[in-house]
Order: sequence, then structure tokens, then C-alpha cells
Amino acid sequence: MNEQINTVRMLVAGEHGLVIEFGAVISPQINVQVQQLTRLLHLKNKNGILEVMPTYRSVTVYFDPLVITRQELSCFIQDILCELQQEDVEGLSPRVVHVPVCYGGVLGPDLEYVARFASLSPQEVIDFHTSKPYLIYMLGFIPGFPYLGGMPSQIAVPRQEKPRDRIPGGSVGIGGNQTGFYPIESSGEWWLIGRTPIKAFNFKRDDSFLFAAGDYLLFEEISIDVYFEIRRAVEAGTYIPHVTYLYER
Amino acid sequence: MITTLQSGSFTTIQDQGRWGYQAYGMPIAGAMDQYACQVANLLVGNQMNASVIEMTGMGAAFKFDEEQMVAVCGGDMQGLLNNIPIVNWSSFLIPRRGEIRFSAAVSGYRTYMAIRGGFDVPMVLESRSTCTPLKVGGYEGRMLRQGDVLHVGQDSDYKMQPGVLTAPYIPQYTGPIELRVILGPQDDMFSQGALDTFFGSLYKVTDQSDRTGYRLKGPKVKHIGKADIISEAVWLGAIQVPADGMPFIMTADHQTTRGFAKLGSVIRVDLAKMAQTGPGDSIRFICSTEEEAVQALRDEREMYSKIRNVCKKEG
Repeated sequence: MNEQINTVRMLVAGEHGLVIEFGAVISPQINVQVQQLTRLLHLKNKNGILEVMPTYRSVTVYFDPLVITRQELSCFIQDILCELQQEDVEGLSPRVVHVPVCYGGVLGPDLEYVARFASLSPQEVIDFHTSKPYLIYMLGFIPGFPYLGGMPSQIAVPRQEKPRDRIPGGSVGIGGNQTGFYPIESSGEWWLIGRTPIKAFNFKRDDSFLFAAGDYLLFEEISIDVYFEIRRAVEAGTYIPHVTYLYER
Repeated sequence: MITTLQSGSFTTIQDQGRWGYQAYGMPIAGAMDQYACQVANLLVGNQMNASVIEMTGMGAAFKFDEEQMVAVCGGDMQGLLNNIPIVNWSSFLIPRRGEIRFSAAVSGYRTYMAIRGGFDVPMVLESRSTCTPLKVGGYEGRMLRQGDVLHVGQDSDYKMQPGVLTAPYIPQYTGPIELRVILGPQDDMFSQGALDTFFGSLYKVTDQSDRTGYRLKGPKVKHIGKADIISEAVWLGAIQVPADGMPFIMTADHQTTRGFAKLGSVIRVDLAKMAQTGPGDSIRFICSTEEEAVQALRDEREMYSKIRNVCKKEG
């Protein structure tokens, strides 16, 4: 474990930023360190820290250098990293946010293409896609856009060469070995296999964002009737997202 | 009530920015030139988080149905109050049924108009700033258009009288501007020769520059190897260098994560200078230090408190 600490790099991100880099690859093992540091930084709520930004393999801390110096912040973070080594990580159970998806048809126009490419039936693609929860490595690109990991390789399809304009919000797609959904209308290169009626964010709610980095998403197949039922509930503000915990399952 | 008579080329409501939500992918937005924005607020006795109007390149025109105190700071858009020239970097009263009109910027590029009390638009995630790429915040998430009606908010702080700012507090927007840069975090992806090129050359602001980022054109900054990194956080002032070797500087509406090598960051106080450059203007980069950047911040904060004290005394 000590070796891991030694491989952590602290880098300068302007006078307001410090990058804590845990590794040079995308892996769940590295990302869990990112999420743990992020969690402890939130818990400790240190004066002078403005924002904490978890990404694939690093955490960027934005701070007010007139309140806390880089030196003080670095020491504070070193202490947390030591603390993390002693903590019982197994006790932590990430949230799993269930994402209902109506696959295929007009809501998922590329499902047939993906199935042909993967030499599977459309239903087999759906079964693979809904087979397990995916880790949210980070959010970025547009608000609430999850960078997910762990999609089965059987349904990986190279991205489209040219980005498509005006992809409807809620569209669920596959691009390379990545999957996810577009929270709002956007352009993008992914193949669209379905659509979810739920929203990744709603600024009218206190908890404006449905999920955060470190949570998991589990896609669930629904019929078109259920899709519209949930959509109406979402629009009326009465929809309650289904959330479980990873280790209950 | 304030009615928009002319929209200008790109006019939005901005404030200090929507901080605290980047981990969810939400851009900060906020005024591009925070110095001019804050000084305008100080001149009308506003709280620092009051919202202002940001005009870009070509100014807007407004009609006021009641007497209001406003301040105009930043680029000089040759403002006229009822056809009489106003003084830039000052606060003044706009009489009942008064009209203020701005034209093209003759110095600088962005002009800020603060009103005592701020503009009353809904708070979204603790900020009134507009992020037009996402249609979030400000006036219906978009730039102002002819006919849009604004109301005055309640974000005033202390009493004060109209006044003109003195010279030491007014930045000059002439000649090629110099931006101080702190290296990192991926400066090791560039050779010393590439860094010498970057710091030894003039770069031009392209017309691909807007509130999301400034794309520059000039001598190519070559990477040692590839240009891509695993996507990670980017921040205000971060200087990305994509594979084409042309510096691309992140500004207010930037996406929260990107995957290009970052040579360094423009220090925070100098972003105000950059915001006053438009397409065709020249930029030179100066290699700076963290000490210098922090001292510049300290100096800026001291300026704010001096301006505030002067305003209060006059008031």
C-alpha cells in the first residue's frame, strides 16, 4: 500500500488549482482512490477549498490561495492519503441508480445496427447492456453526462466517424467500449440504442443532480408504455428514482 | 423596468459565476472580465455577487422607466445617455425614461453595465449568470434580444453617490497584451524548444474565440509525443494545446473536462485583460511564478477594498 502513496503525483493547475494524480490509466482500482479522496475532502470541509473535481485518475482541488497556501493544502491532502490507507474501504457501499430504458424502435434507432455489428439479436444486446451496474468514473462534457466503465465487450461498437447533431436528451448510446446517456440535447458520435425518460438533473430540486461520480448506473429495460408513464411522472415532479446499494445486490 | 431597445452582438446577464457544480459537469459561466464586473458593482454600491450586463464587441441599448443608478466599466463602447457621452469607469443616474446606447468598442472588447440592486433574474444553482451553450441561467438561458424586459433586484449593499473612478484603477487596453502563465500540469509533454516558441512568439486571437474558450493562431507549439491525455479537469485560464499545436485557453463557459495536454495556466487576474481582446488582437505570454500570481490576487483584492472605501466615503 505504501508504494501506492508514493506514486501519487501533485501537480500545479494555475495558482487556484492542485491536481492529485493517482495513475496513468483508466481503472476501477485507481478511480476508487479518486472517489475516496473526494469523499474525505467533502467530509472535512477544509477552509479555503472551493471545489473538488473527481475525474478518471485524478482529483483537481480548486482553492483560494489567499486563504490556504499550496503548501498547506498539499500537507493536508498527504495526511488524508495516509488516513485512506488505514480505512476499511470494504464498508463503503456505492449507490446504484437504476435507469429505465426503452430500447429500440424510434427511441433507439441504432439498436439493429449494433446487433448486426456484434452478431447478436437485438434482445441479446439489451440483455448484455442491462446485465450489470456500471461505475460512473466521472461527470463531464455536459452537465450530468456520465463517463461509465465496465460495459461488456460483446456489445462494443466503434463510434460513428462524424458526430450527429441534435441527439435528443435521454438518448442511451454505445461508442467504442463506452456507454451512457445524453442528459440534454447534444451532438455526439455514439450509436443510439434506446432512451430513458428520467433526467440527470433538475435545478428545481434541492438535490439537483441524480447521480455523482463514484455512483453506479444500472440500465433496466422498460416498455414504451412504461416509458411514457415515467416521463409523465418526471414532468409532474412525482417520479422517485430507484436507488439501491452495490453490496445489497 | 428596463427595456432592451437593441440587443448588441452578444449581450448576457453575468455575475461571479456558478461555482460548486463542476464535479457534475456544470460550467462556471460568469463575467469574462471579473475585474470590470466587480468594479462596476462597487461603483453602484452593490454586493459582489450582484448580476451585471456583459456586452461583447458591439453594445446594446436600453430604456429605463424609473430613475436608476448604473455604472459602466470595461471596454469603451462610446456610451450615450440621452445622446450625451457618458464617462467610462464611472457611475451615474439615469433619469426616468432615460435611454442609454452603446456602439462598437473603440477600446477593449467587453463592457459591463451594473445597476444598483443588480438585475433580477432567477437564481439557478446559486448564480444568475448565463451559460448560453447550455441555455442555463440569466435571462431564459440566452442572450438578450430587442424587447426583453429586465427588473431591478435587491443586491445593493452600502449607500453611495455617483462618481468617477481614478486613473490607477483603470486598466489600459492598448498594444499587444501580455498574459502571465504558470506552467503545468502537462508542461513535460513539450520540449524546451516548444516552450521557447510559446513564450517567444506573438499569438493572434482567432474568430473561433468566445465565452467557452480563446483559440489562438501563431507558431506551432509541438508536443514531444501525442497531444491527448486521459480526460481530466480543465479550469479557467488553462492553456490546452491540441494536436494542431495552437493554444486554446479555457474561459467562463468552458466544459469541465477535456482530454488535451495543458501547457500551463494564465494567471487569474490576467484573464480580465484577455477578455478585453477580440479577434485579430495579439497576445504575448510571459512565464510567471505562483508567488507573482498570488501577489497579483492580493493586490487586486486590496484595490477592491480601496475602491469600496472611496465609494463609501463619497456616499
